[in-house]
Parts: sequence; structure tokens; C-alpha cells
Amino acid sequence: MELTFYIAAAVAILSTIMVITRYNMIHALLYLVVSFMSVSVVFFTLGAPFMAALEIIIYAGAIVVLIIFVIMMLNMTKEDIQREKEWLKPSVWVGPAMLSAILLAELVHILTTSNPAQTEALVAVDAKLVGLALFGPYLLGVQLCGILLMAGIVGAYHLGRQKKKVIHRFLQERSAAA
Amino acid sequence: MSTASMEAALLLAGILFMLGLLSVLIRRNIIFMLISVEIMLNAAGLAFIVAGTRWVQPDGQVMFIFILTMAAAEVSVGLALIMQIYHQLKTLDSDAANVMKG
Repeated sequence: MELTFYIAAAVAILSTIMVITRYNMIHALLYLVVSFMSVSVVFFTLGAPFMAALEIIIYAGAIVVLIIFVIMMLNMTKEDIQREKEWLKPSVWVGPAMLSAILLAELVHILTTSNPAQTEALVAVDAKLVGLALFGPYLLGVQLCGILLMAGIVGAYHLGRQKKKVIHRFLQERSAAA
Repeated sequence: MSTASMEAALLLAGILFMLGLLSVLIRRNIIFMLISVEIMLNAAGLAFIVAGTRWVQPDGQVMFIFILTMAAAEVSVGLALIMQIYHQLKTLDSDAANVMKG
């Protein structure tokens, strides 16, 4: 289980690095699917199998497919990939990479020098406990999630609707007649 | 779970979050920025799961479900906004959308 965790973690980090360095968006999204699947393996080794299933179904299955459909509607060409290559110059990414590396080094320092807790055996939190917590003390949160999803649907419909551009009102009448 | 594994898992969450943050900083394509936000949300959810497993409480997984819901709603609204920007400006450059009056 320990070795599985480390292998999955290495795959997750490598595929995420591949995601953020690709020029082609479809390639990046396919690497993103690999990243989500390896994170779901990490969830499985941490004793959360239901969350591993949810990760694959919702992240890799729904969200990535949604982004792929939008990219297909945008008609990306070779020139866009070329422009992406021009945007990602070393002079652009060296500064932010160094600042982020400093922050990560601080995080590693904090995690490794903290006082060690006592060693415990791996205890899986099964889905039954999660369901009892969801529909017990977190009932209000579940309802708020429902409202949030409703707002997401209405917002996506309202924002995604394409209004027909009319240049002149005579043309509007003609287009209405046609 | 041994403590070394917990710290390794938290470290993994930190590294994934850092990669997402870096990608938000260096990318100009607005779809790549949305993908990076997804990576960061996923890393935050991983940290919640690790904490829930460490203290053998279901609350971490409940929070992960909430994060999942929020990510789904966020990506749908974000993609609708991206399509609207693309139809108005004919580009995915986030610098082109720096003026509110489209």
C-alpha cells in the first residue's frame, strides 16, 4: 500500500507537470485525466474508496469532458498552438517558478520540522459514515450545494446564450423574414 | 497510516497546489488558467482527505464532496464566460479581456 501510494504520487506530479507545459490544449487535458486518476489511486490508498470513485466520475468524467467539448467548439488551429509556444517563453515562467519554489520549500520545511505525532494504523473511513455525516450535521451544507448547482445551471445558461448580432434594423427585419 | 505517509500525502497536495498556482501565473490562455484552478481545487481536496484519514473522521470526505460540487458549478460558469469572451474578442488571450466594456 505504501509503495502504491508513492508510485501514484510520482505519476500525479509528473502528469501535472506535463499538463502545465503543453502547448496543445487537448494533450494537456489528456494528461489532466491521468493526473486525476493517479490522485484517485492516492485516495484509495488513504482509505477513501468512495471519494476515489467520485474523483474519477466527476473530475475525469464530467469536468474534463465539458472542457474538451468547449475546446472543440472553439476551433483551435496550428497558429493558436504556435502562439501558445510564443507566450510560454523562459523569461515569462522563470520568475513565478522561483517564487513558487520558495513557497514550496517553506511548506516542506514546516511539514518536516513539525513535531511528529504517534504512529497509527490505517483506518478506512467508509462511505456509510460519510453519508451519516452528510445528512446529519452537514444537512444545511448539502442544501446549499444544491442551491449552488442550481445557480451554476442558470448562470451557465444565461452566460452561454449567444445573442444574434444585428447591424441595422432593416437587416433585422430581413433576417426575421428569412 | 504511518505519520511519514501522512506527511508525504500532505507534501503531494502542496506540490500539486504549487504546480497549479505556477500555471495560473505563467499562462496567458484563459482555458489553461481554468484548468489550473481545477488542479488547485483538487489538491485542496486531497489535503482534506488526508486530514480526515489522519483523525479517522468523515468530515474531510464531506468537505471533499462540497469542493467537488463547487468545482463542477465553477467550471460550468467559467466555460460559459470563456465562450462569451471568445465570441466577443475572437481570442483566448486573458490580457485582451482587461476592459470591462466588451
